[in-house]
Amino acid sequence: MDVTSELEHTPLHALNLSLGARMVPFAGYEMPVQYAAGVMKEHLHTRSAAGLFDVSHMGQIAIRARSGDNADAARALESVVPVDVLGLAEGRQRYALFTNEKGGILDDLMIANRGDHLFLVVNAACKDADFAHLRSHLGETCDVTMLADRALIALQGPRAQAVLAELWADIADMRFMDVRACELHDAACVVSRSGYTGEDGFEISIPASAAEDVARRLLEHPDVMPIGLGARDSLRLEAGLCLYGNDIDTDTTPVEAGLEWAIQKVRRAGGEREGGFPGADVILPQLAGGAARRRVGLKPEGRAPVRAGAMLAADPDGEEIVGSVTSGGFGPSFDGPVAMGYAPRAAAAPGTKLYAGVRGKFLPVSVTPLPFVPNTFKR
Amino acid sequence: MLKFTEEHEWLKIEGDVATVGITTHAAEQLGDLVFVELPAVGASFSKGGDAATVESVKAASDVYCPLDGEVVEINEAIVSDPSLVNSDPQGAGWFFKLKLANPGDADALLDESAYKELVG
Repeated sequence: MDVTSELEHTPLHALNLSLGARMVPFAGYEMPVQYAAGVMKEHLHTRSAAGLFDVSHMGQIAIRARSGDNADAARALESVVPVDVLGLAEGRQRYALFTNEKGGILDDLMIANRGDHLFLVVNAACKDADFAHLRSHLGETCDVTMLADRALIALQGPRAQAVLAELWADIADMRFMDVRACELHDAACVVSRSGYTGEDGFEISIPASAAEDVARRLLEHPDVMPIGLGARDSLRLEAGLCLYGNDIDTDTTPVEAGLEWAIQKVRRAGGEREGGFPGADVILPQLAGGAARRRVGLKPEGRAPVRAGAMLAADPDGEEIVGSVTSGGFGPSFDGPVAMGYAPRAAAAPGTKLYAGVRGKFLPVSVTPLPFVPNTFKR
Repeated sequence: MLKFTEEHEWLKIEGDVATVGITTHAAEQLGDLVFVELPAVGASFSKGGDAATVESVKAASDVYCPLDGEVVEINEAIVSDPSLVNSDPQGAGWFFKLKLANPGDADALLDESAYKELVG
């Protein structure tokens, strides 16, 4: 059986192959894990110049209120996220979470206010479930549409603005989390100043038919290199950003995950629109009193990478297991191994020494503030 | 005598001692190495035992002992600079020297042309 034939292709599939990508199955798609340069060079290039990522596997969803009033869509969406959507200004985007009744996380996503509708970007592996979830909770008042005919690319790094400005000069005055419509190479695109690397940069939603043209134009620039999912993972890990399915899932709450900043005051206890989202009875008390465990940065003391799934012990013999590593690898810019995981509240303070199980040994790691590499967002 | 395994190790055999490393093909597939863990000098392994570990940015992989034997020397240079394995896998990027328990067993390993055919 040829497994690859069952995988979906993004609109940039042919371009990826022509760029020498090594393709792997990911969330039902055949995706580039790395290009010819390799993970290390791709990672460092993104931090020093600009990297272009094909992230077209991610879900793009539009929500339109049938009343024609976008505030009605915002109110409806607030029933499934613990986030201030109503207060999100037109042309702005914000990070959000779909929560479940236990206070766990069904997915993390971006919400943009596009004026006459809300535009969501969700994780590839969750997009069908998210879509069904939105339809069932918002379907009475809103039209929920999967924008399956659009590609999504990210241009990230300190040269991203200069490169993109050559196609569209107006982006220079965008701030972090601004969202705008624009014509790139005569294609109707939606650009947000955001990303998943810790660098300044942009995510660009493009009609599928124009995606290869726009991507090729950007790749023609000498500062731009194509970047695969391998470097995307090491970049986001150094930036301290969660990977859904690893660092957050249906068994972790936003407070355990250290994502309190995503829950604005109006949705918290005493706020104007307090609660009203799934799991509020778990999450609101945790916001006030903390959770029993917390996501922490972990810096291995030696050179050996500590990977996802490694047990975390309080002692070097590994007798008292207190948590586990949820993401880990080597940070090319940090120039050493980096990891994240969950530790009990008492062991979550920076400087706490823990021990991670690697090939039968327990290696010392220190709890470390995130991110490992400072972000460079244009706020 | 140069021999290869299906698990992408090479062996340069001189008398009853084999210098062991990973092939150029394996190094390319693994990508940039960031960490190498070698066995202790004096450690004995059976064929197929986990003798060393290499880690790239993304993943860890085992390096198997290609024949029964005892480790008599290790290449500390690749521990301090794992990128040597990428830049010169079948030379300066060697892993360890193995005193073979049964040198005759090497005859059953792949020769260079058979290995090249294997990796295409």
